[in-house]
Amino acid sequence: MPANRFNGFTDYGIGIGLRAPHYDHILTRKPVVDWFEIISENFMIDGGRPLHILDQILEQYKLVQHGVSMYFGSAEKSNRDHLRRLKELVKRTKTPWLSDHLCWGSVDGRYTHDLLPMPYTFEAARITAQKVREVQDFLEIPVAVENVSSYAEYHVSEMTEWEFLNEVVERADCGILLDVNNIYVSSQNHSFDALTYVNSVPAERVAQIHIAGHSKYRKYILDTHDHPVIDPVWKLYERAVQRVGHTATLLEWDDSIPSFQEVHDEALKANRFLKSTVLAKAV
Amino acid sequence: MSLMELQRTMARAVMQPLTPTERMQRKAPGGGKMSAYASRFIKPNDRLTSFERLEIYNRQYWFRVLSSMIEDFPGLRAVLGERHFEEMSKAYLCENPSRSFTLRNLGSRLEAWLRKHPKWAAAKQKLALDIVRLEWADIEAFDGKAEEALRPEDLSAGAGPNLRLKLQPYIQLLDLHYPVDDLLLEVRKEDEDTDFASNAFQERRKHKRVQAVAKLKPAEIYLVVHRVDYSVYFRRVDREEYLILSALRQGKPLGKAIEIAFGKSSIAPREQASSVQGWFQNWAALGWFCRAEKKGKNH
Repeated sequence: MPANRFNGFTDYGIGIGLRAPHYDHILTRKPVVDWFEIISENFMIDGGRPLHILDQILEQYKLVQHGVSMYFGSAEKSNRDHLRRLKELVKRTKTPWLSDHLCWGSVDGRYTHDLLPMPYTFEAARITAQKVREVQDFLEIPVAVENVSSYAEYHVSEMTEWEFLNEVVERADCGILLDVNNIYVSSQNHSFDALTYVNSVPAERVAQIHIAGHSKYRKYILDTHDHPVIDPVWKLYERAVQRVGHTATLLEWDDSIPSFQEVHDEALKANRFLKSTVLAKAV
Repeated sequence: MSLMELQRTMARAVMQPLTPTERMQRKAPGGGKMSAYASRFIKPNDRLTSFERLEIYNRQYWFRVLSSMIEDFPGLRAVLGERHFEEMSKAYLCENPSRSFTLRNLGSRLEAWLRKHPKWAAAKQKLALDIVRLEWADIEAFDGKAEEALRPEDLSAGAGPNLRLKLQPYIQLLDLHYPVDDLLLEVRKEDEDTDFASNAFQERRKHKRVQAVAKLKPAEIYLVVHRVDYSVYFRRVDREEYLILSALRQGKPLGKAIEIAFGKSSIAPREQASSVQGWFQNWAALGWFCRAEKKGKNH
């Protein structure tokens, strides 16, 4: 199950996000890490230090691209310059698959630089799936869409979030980057059962899993990626790997970033659950 | 409501400026109450009204774009003062919302916008424009394209008045009215030193900055913003150096570039040849030149 057509038939283990505060540590100490995830947009540039660092990392590590501004769900057409630059980067990194969010963020050429929630309508599913297909065809690698954390729901929605996710991935024939922290955050903000969500995802399409921490406020939870993973999220992760098997897993830590070792140790906690899936299979 | 209609409706609200207390405005885009505007498309829940749910996104948008402006233009912030810089940034972003997939380009139209709206810098307009140009040049030089550099021996082999040399794409040339390179380096140094500083220390820093800006005297300088080992540096050059490099960038042949540079030069004619030789040696050693594309037969 883990190596599937949505992650380029790879069998990656536990990775962490490649972040600037860790560059020196990684390049000088060369720690053992299964793989790194990069934010594509940070490297969709013409030259300079970021690409120099990237090339050095590529010499030693496996790397997967993750985007934040493709906006599959935006009603407007894809940005051609974005796609061209993304394809150049894909050639450079040889990423086996690529992910971005199931959300929107731009309209009439103006960008919010946020991951805005989709209305769960059939029209939105059709438009989004069409764009995912176009991107997948243009980049010529598998694309996985990630469920986002959200703080608002729309009157126009015609289905649940997981039904919408399933509708999009079936129509686009693409993979899923299942973010169990985002499921938890949204379940708390919108009062739905997170396990129902995890149980409803087509397991065979899951290319990768994200785990992360978040911040709790009085009336809602914000997806801040600045804390360790909490137990309820690990429970969702456990259920997800029970369903999908030993899947490439990545810890996101983007703010108040601690030492490399601390981030990596937090990510490696996922081994507790991944190992049990291997054992379960062996029995 | 179609997908496009919904996205336009939400984006208008999300990109509307916050109140001075960083809350969502009570007035909706185009008039009317924001609470009614939000209720039209966003569901409330048992803890938050439609207004409050929309407000989360409105605040996140402004926190994100304003942080990006602060990160990219610390020098302009020092010149204008923190509060005035924030007000200016809001006005700039209302007229120039991001049109790029990357926040890196958020300030790309700031210089032109400031020229059109001199009220924001008022008496400090020239200084403000100088520092914005330098900060934008720094961004461009940081991740601009580098091509294979010509070696010093490549240069001497082909030298002659008709030689056309191409500058590395990442190199930025600036003619400025104030020594803003010193100011920017000072501001950055303080930012590094005070990352974890107390409030009292931050206040002292602010005061020091105001003084540093006030003390800055006009002085015509010429700068090349360039890279060495992937780090960006500001190199002051003579006026004549700046003119030669600018002419070469415009595609003029070497002979013409030198002629332009020494048109109104204070460098004595007998010293000009040795100056040019020295400059080219330095520039070539720094890898500032790359091979010019061959022109087609029709050109």
